[in-house]
Amino acid sequence: MKTRQDLNKIREENLKQIKLLDDTKYRVVVGMASCGLAANADLTYDAIEKEIKERNLQNITLTSVGCIGECALEPIVEVYDKDNNRYTYCSVNERKAKEIVNKHLEQGEIIYRYLIDNYKLLIDEDGNKYEAPKYQYRIALKNCGIINPTKIDQYIGLDGYKALEKVLFEMTPEEVIDVVTKSGLRGRGGGGFPTGLKWKFTAANKGGQSFVICNADEGDPGAFMDRAVLEGDPHAVIEAMIICGYAISASQGYVYIRAEYPLAVERLQHAIKNAYEYGFLGENILGSNFNFDLEIRLGAGAFVCGEETALIASIEGERGMPRNKPPYPASSGLWGRPTVINNVETFANVAQIILKGADWFKSIGTEKAAGTKVFALGGKIKNTGLLEVPMGTTLREVIYDIGGGLPNNKRFKAVQTGGPSGGILTEAELDTPIDYDNLIAKGSMMGSGGMIVMDEDNCMVDIAKFYLEFTVEESCGKCTPCRDGNLRMLEILNKITAGKGTMQDLEDLRELALMIKDTSLCALGQSAPNPVLSTLDKFYDEYLEHVVNKRCPAGVCRDIAKLVITDHCIGCGKCLRNCPVNAISGHVKQRHIIDLNICVACGTCKPACPVNAIISV
Amino acid sequence: MGKIVITKEKELLLRKKIREHKQKSGPLMPSLHDAQEIFGCIPLEVQKIISEELKISVSKINGVVTFYSRFSLEPKGKHVIGVCLGTACYVKGSQAVLDEICNTLQIKVGETTKDELFSVEATRCVGACGLAPVFTIDGKVYGHATVQSAAKELRRIIDWETGTHEN
Ligand SMILES: Cc1cc2nc3c(=O)[nH]c(=O)nc-3n(C[C@H](O)[C@H](O)[C@H](O)COP(=O)(O)O)c2cc1C
Ligand code: FES
Repeated sequence: MKTRQDLNKIREENLKQIKLLDDTKYRVVVGMASCGLAANADLTYDAIEKEIKERNLQNITLTSVGCIGECALEPIVEVYDKDNNRYTYCSVNERKAKEIVNKHLEQGEIIYRYLIDNYKLLIDEDGNKYEAPKYQYRIALKNCGIINPTKIDQYIGLDGYKALEKVLFEMTPEEVIDVVTKSGLRGRGGGGFPTGLKWKFTAANKGGQSFVICNADEGDPGAFMDRAVLEGDPHAVIEAMIICGYAISASQGYVYIRAEYPLAVERLQHAIKNAYEYGFLGENILGSNFNFDLEIRLGAGAFVCGEETALIASIEGERGMPRNKPPYPASSGLWGRPTVINNVETFANVAQIILKGADWFKSIGTEKAAGTKVFALGGKIKNTGLLEVPMGTTLREVIYDIGGGLPNNKRFKAVQTGGPSGGILTEAELDTPIDYDNLIAKGSMMGSGGMIVMDEDNCMVDIAKFYLEFTVEESCGKCTPCRDGNLRMLEILNKITAGKGTMQDLEDLRELALMIKDTSLCALGQSAPNPVLSTLDKFYDEYLEHVVNKRCPAGVCRDIAKLVITDHCIGCGKCLRNCPVNAISGHVKQRHIIDLNICVACGTCKPACPVNAIISV
Repeated sequence: MGKIVITKEKELLLRKKIREHKQKSGPLMPSLHDAQEIFGCIPLEVQKIISEELKISVSKINGVVTFYSRFSLEPKGKHVIGVCLGTACYVKGSQAVLDEICNTLQIKVGETTKDELFSVEATRCVGACGLAPVFTIDGKVYGHATVQSAAKELRRIIDWETGTHEN
């Protein structure tokens, strides 16, 4: 248990270390969240550690940190120096790691060719240059990639648990709710409900036990924002949950997290243990008379459990099925008690709002959507990764200025937001400023932050089918429109992609979609038709090609796709080497040919071709 | 299908864990997670143990077990191969990788080979979108996957396994 004096001391010492105000010469950090580790960042870390030791270098701190955000260029090593410069080295293997220690840390010589300098120009290993991500603004990810997530002292060093102190000793619960309300913070889990209002409604029902739940189920199948926060800065979430507990008079919190996130679970467990040791959790927190306990509950692989009433059922030990609302969790949640349930990223904003005030937060973003949003940018994009931008940033800025555009000179086709509940946005819609209402008006939604870019090689009918397969698998089966309706839609899509669709099918598809939207019990079913509807609206031509001409223009739908090599072929042989069924023949420097009798239209050859000579007819 | 052995030791461990969970509200889910971890699956015999400890009917427990995809009634193969069908991987062609692996092993997604060596799963985003498309073998992530690279890794394990069998 630490006293407030202890905390001030820890804060001062760690701030000095992190900002290199002591005798530290360089601070070296290695990104070791899931993405870094998948790219063998642990080997890079070991190599740096060993080399520093062998060269007997002094006054260098080496720290493992969470996601730095440039996932496509992992492993990433950053060197901070005394003058506050930050050098970001990318794709650092063991050999490069040794060289960085030798040249940069020992001789002070910066190795420019390994660098992506976040504030000037991004250069990757092949010399490709990208524009700088000048639009980023980090609140929720403020500490990600900077502090070691397993060291509570480093979190404290960057103003950690200061908001909690402020709340416990200087503010009433009503004042806390007031600040959060005035800040304009809205839920980052998808719905965008005003967070302060949610807290207020729940607080109105106090007296007896209330609960705080953090929704870390992160169901969107292609996104990882919440994991990055939990892996990179778990205390930010813990601190906010305690603050929420104080505001609504709850003494028990739960983090419901996917079991598929082992590293995030481990780091969170560790952080909770530390928070208890320091007296941020438990009884009489920091000597106040407020008590709060926090536990982890693991999800078990059901997307629908991200829906709040299903999540509550799951914690209670039931099948995770949603129920009708009202009553809302604010009046009848976990075990029938008043409950606040917020998303990880929502919580990650709270401490900053308390410290810097509602006006500061409101000054960022747009009028109706204050603050920032974290996105996991993926798919056909150069700089795959995690980014945080002020609300109101346009899709074009995110995709081209931060994401670096599409690789291999391919044409942009669409960007998908909102995961299986969202929709597709086209080239014409790229200048839309991102916020909750704008995206809904364009037939998609903000969702939790997955953003997938697609190029000319992606078939929109196939993408609609992909999302629908997901929903069909994840439907809990409680209500008929969702359970059976979505399956019928999937059957129609299967028919269309097999080249057996009719015009009637297209009409049926739309009618079914609208019916399911109107009549499903929970938001899973109500939003499941969105990917189908938005592709129908915006890429009707592509559906027609499949139905009328039995043709898949992108060459994806295997039953009808025909791939050919045009005379742009330079005869490099890359397609031939990549073909898994040996359907391609040809001599070096001569045009190659695909044998359509053997070809299975898997599409492996397409991205392999350096001159885009393989097309679908 | 493979049978699982419920040793006295494992059973006691599970019972001990369940009694810990019983101290808190909502003990069923944590108990099931432990059971899955200890036995690798939660067949009826194991459900009965949980039922005894928690005084919850087996029918209810079975209902919960079968609802969640992480809990299984049957054991998985020695090596679990997962191909990411998260959106970022899918748009970069992970379906072809999955098809190749299923073809080689002659099983469907979610099945286990007859010799109980391999199970194949379609996973969701594993957080390595930067390396998409990815597949995992026994938890290790392989990035920038192609049909060839997946086939090669698979071959390596098959060779290794058949090698050890001959010895
Ligand atoms: C099918 C479905 C899945 C959901 N999945 C998630 C999820 O993974 N994470 C999340 O935070 N919210 C998810 N939600 C939204 C939650 O129900 C709830 O609105 C949210 O956790 C509230 O937190 P917020 O106000 O901070 O966004 C989902 C909703 C539905 C209908
Ligand atoms: S979608 Fe495959 S790792 Fe993220």
